Parts: sequence; C-alpha cells; structure tokens
Amino acid sequence: MGQTILEKIIQAHSADAVRPGSVVWMSLDVRSARDFGGPNVVKHYEREYGEARPDPEHTFFTFDLCAPACTLKYADNQQICRDFARKHGLTVFDVDRGIGSHVLIEEGLAGPNTTVVGTDSHMNILGAVGCFGQGMGDVDIAFAFRTGRTWFEVPPTIKVVFKGRPSSAATAKDLALFVLQKLGTRDLANAAVEFEGDAVRDLTLSGRITFCSLVTEMAGIIGFVPEHAPALKDEIKALTGRDFDPFRADKDASYERIIELDASGLPPLIAEPPSPSHVREVRELRGTRIDTAFIGSCTNGRLEDFAAAARLLKGRRIAPDVTLKIVPTTRRVTEELLRTGILQTLFDAGAIVVNAGCGGCADGHTGLTGRGEVQVSTANRNFPGKQGKGSTYLASPAVAAASALAGAVALPEDVR
Amino acid sequence: MSQTHFEGRAWVLLDKQGRLIEDIDTDQIFHNAHLHITETAQMGGYALGNLEGWKDFPSKAGPGDILVAGRNFGAGSSRQQAVDCFAALGVAAILAPSFGAIYFRNAVNSGFPVLKAPALEERVREGKILSGDILRVDGTKGEAAVPSRGVVFALEPLSRVQTDILRAGNLFLFGKSRPGS
Repeated sequence: MGQTILEKIIQAHSADAVRPGSVVWMSLDVRSARDFGGPNVVKHYEREYGEARPDPEHTFFTFDLCAPACTLKYADNQQICRDFARKHGLTVFDVDRGIGSHVLIEEGLAGPNTTVVGTDSHMNILGAVGCFGQGMGDVDIAFAFRTGRTWFEVPPTIKVVFKGRPSSAATAKDLALFVLQKLGTRDLANAAVEFEGDAVRDLTLSGRITFCSLVTEMAGIIGFVPEHAPALKDEIKALTGRDFDPFRADKDASYERIIELDASGLPPLIAEPPSPSHVREVRELRGTRIDTAFIGSCTNGRLEDFAAAARLLKGRRIAPDVTLKIVPTTRRVTEELLRTGILQTLFDAGAIVVNAGCGGCADGHTGLTGRGEVQVSTANRNFPGKQGKGSTYLASPAVAAASALAGAVALPEDVR
Repeated sequence: MSQTHFEGRAWVLLDKQGRLIEDIDTDQIFHNAHLHITETAQMGGYALGNLEGWKDFPSKAGPGDILVAGRNFGAGSSRQQAVDCFAALGVAAILAPSFGAIYFRNAVNSGFPVLKAPALEERVREGKILSGDILRVDGTKGEAAVPSRGVVFALEPLSRVQTDILRAGNLFLFGKSRPGS
C-alpha cells in the first residue's frame, strides 16, 4: 500500500509501521519552545531531568508572543528560558527575531520532509514548505527536549481538490476562509490534508503559509500543497538556502476521502465573530463601521501581505478615527519592508508599525481590542476574547487595508 | 477509582438553548490573560473563565466531577493550562464527541483522562444526561452510563500508548519506565 505525504514524512522518522490510526514513535528534527509555554517546559524539564543537556543542534527557543516583553510576567518568563538556554548552550531566537515558525523556515531548520514541534498551535504552518510541523503542549515539548521523540497517532489523509479559478480579487486568505465556510471544523477534523487544483497550485510561499496556517482552524492536523509552480523552488531556496524537494504521495496512497470544492469566481471573504468558520462575502458586510485594522500574525505578516496593503494605501490616508497596526512576522520581513520602501508607504498612510512578532493573539505586545471595539484583522482566530474584548473580523491584508481607508468593512475595489 | 474507571457528578456544558456547546476553544477554557501562570494549583480558579454562562464553574465544581462537553472541545492553542486547570479543581475526566488534537494529547500526556463519546450529542439531545447526574465511566471497556436513567453509551477505546501513559501517571513517568520508548 502506498503512502500519503504525511505518512512518508513520519515513516522517515519512525521504525514503526506507519498507517492511519496506528500510534507510532517518531524522531523530531527540531524541538522548540516559545515565551509562551517555554517557562513551563523549563520547569518540567528541570524537575524531571535535572542537569541533563538537551541536544543543542535540535533544541531551540523562539520568543514571539510578547516581543519585547510588555509585562513583568513575560519578561520573567523569557529570562527563565534564556537562563536555561545559556546553561545548556542552546540557541535562542530572541525577541528581536519574530515569529518562531517563520524564523525556523528562514533559518532553514524547518525544511521539506523534516519533523518540527513547538509550543505553538500554528506550527502546522510549516506544511507550506513540506515540513511536518506540529504544535504541542509543554509536557510534550519537555519530553521531546530530553528524548528527541514523541508518540503520534497517524491521522488519516483527506484530499481536497479545488475546481475552477477564484476571482482575481481573492487571495490565499480568501481561499482558506472558503474552506472554513464549506467544511467548518468538522470535515477535516484530526486529519492531514493534501490540497490540489488550480486555486492552490500557483500560490507563492507567503500564500501557502497563509493557507496552511488556517488548517488549525479547520481542526486539521496539517495541510500540504504538493503541486507548485517552478518559481516556488527558487523562492524557497533564496529564502532558506536549502533545496526544496518535498515528498510526493505514492500513486496508490490511500485517502480517507476526496472532497471537491468549486472555487470558481471566489470573491473576497470575511469571518465574523465569534468563529473563523462564520464566513460571509465581504460585500455582505460592507459598511460595517470599524475602529481598528490589524495586518500581521503568523497567517498574514509576510512581505507580500504588506505589499498588497501598500498598493491600496500608497498616497492615501486611513480614515481619521481608525488606527492601523502593522506587525511583520520576522525581522527579515521588516528589513525587506525598509528596503522596498513599503514601510514608508504604510507609515505615511497613518499606520503604526511595531516590532516583529505575533501581535494581537494571546495577549501579545500589540493589537488587543477593548470592549465594544470593532477590528478587521488578518490573523487566524476571532474566538471570544482571543484578540481582546472587542469584535474581530478576519480577512485578507487587502480587505484590512481597504477597510482602514474607508473606516468600515470595504472591498479593495472600493478604494478610489 | 483509577485513571480509566470513574464515577462522578456530571457537568454538561450546554448553551442557553440547551445544546452542547461546540468548538469551545482554549481561550474560553483558560484565557490568554492568565498564560503567565505556571503553578498548577493557581490555575483552577480560571477554568472556563471566558465561557459565557459557565464563568462560575470553579466555584461549583468539586473533586471527582466529570465534564461533558460538545464536539471539538479544546480547539485552538497548545496551552497545557487548559487541561491543568481542570486537574487543579480535581475534575476526574472530560467526555466529548471529539477533542482538539493538541488538547487531547496534552491531556493524555499529563495523565488526565479524556474520552471520546461519539453518541454523546444524541444522548444529551434526548435529555438523558443532565448536570448533576452521576456518570459511571469505564475507559478500558469503552463504556459510560447514567445508572439513574438506565442509559449506557459507547466510548472510543483508548489506544495502547494512551492507556499506558495514563496508567503510568504521565508522559514523563511513562518514558522513565521504558527507556527505549
């Protein structure tokens, strides 16, 4: 019997027979912890394993949640991780570096066919580069720090095939929201997913990251996009210095289900609070007054995302009673924003530009909403309380930028 | 009582319309404002602290109670606190039709019993499991019951590794008992 992409990656890291439903032990190429979860990892580790040294070639800390720390608690927690890392000679990608999953891609640590875990539920973003990334809790990660292994129940793989071409106004975010609208949190729950078809084939790395990140909200384990344009190989090589040669599924691989979705003419979409799967067309909510727009997060904080926003914001000013928050994913993205002049464009349009990191999610360093505040955000979750006490609508960077200009939910075509 | 057999008072997480609440995410279970807390004992007071209608749960729940939740319980973040807060209150187990994948792992790894009960939605809809009922759970056999109502329903059996970790107490103890694992 042939194997799917995930089955192949796990098999390359396990001596056990890998098939859907089996529980296997697998080795982990990268074991990481953030400023969220990290201090608990250290605590568990020292209690259980004392002075034993984690393998410095495979063990990392990434600080991204509250970067730099804006509360004493986070400052303390980050220092607990730093002290532990120094003692054992581990690398820390500190508060100046940005979101861990993205830093791991840029550093070439999370490459195709590798296994990567961290205390971040969006680690499955790494599916974008053919890596099996998985978010785990602090007990799991502490165990992985010591043993380099984890147990895993091999999920079934589902194939989702897109038919048709989305409209030119639709982005990777709209496509992901479309899947959430059609399949919610039920159809792909606890499954690996291979996405195919015209709608995903031409996605750039940035688009793939956006798309794969929302597999978490679909309750999926990880998503892969096996087909790609030739240019993607060069893009990934240029960014990471590594060849992009991901596993492909065997021809006789077994899929639990094959789902076809017709994405023909897909328009820009938006998720209403309180759930990422409450999806509507942007035009249905056009005119809903907003207080804030947020562009960033692990889902939509790369150069292309800000470039899309800048195309609309160039030479214009955001609405007078609206704030626009910009949080790049990594320092490298900030550097590119500076080099390309996009940062200047965003700033001149009235945006607040903040240090690279997570931004508004998980009580982070910027972007929280107050009670009654209405926000359009490019992040991935709008559960009650996730981005503060206000109401959060999830959309693409272009829709967020158009909305910031209008002071209300708007389509890119509304910008004149 | 063991890590696979329980009897306790049920708390059925219903919304105002009397339906099981689905997709309860970790921010509703243990809000991100409290993520800096690392002491398990301090976590109990925040359990379900952001779930509409259930914010008083910590003052109502007692040791041995069993939580009955809707589909995809524990969606969202990887925070261990969303499991540990129930352990801190002495909650014995959580039953749900399905769990967020990371949440389920976190529970297993810290030795906290989580059991999948596909028939739960239907039994709750029929009014056969109410808050306050005494639930009897046999995780090994894969069966739960509300003896006072004569209701019995199936649980998905735990896998070998999951059972072994629960029996060992947690992932660390399990790992130390099997150096080869």
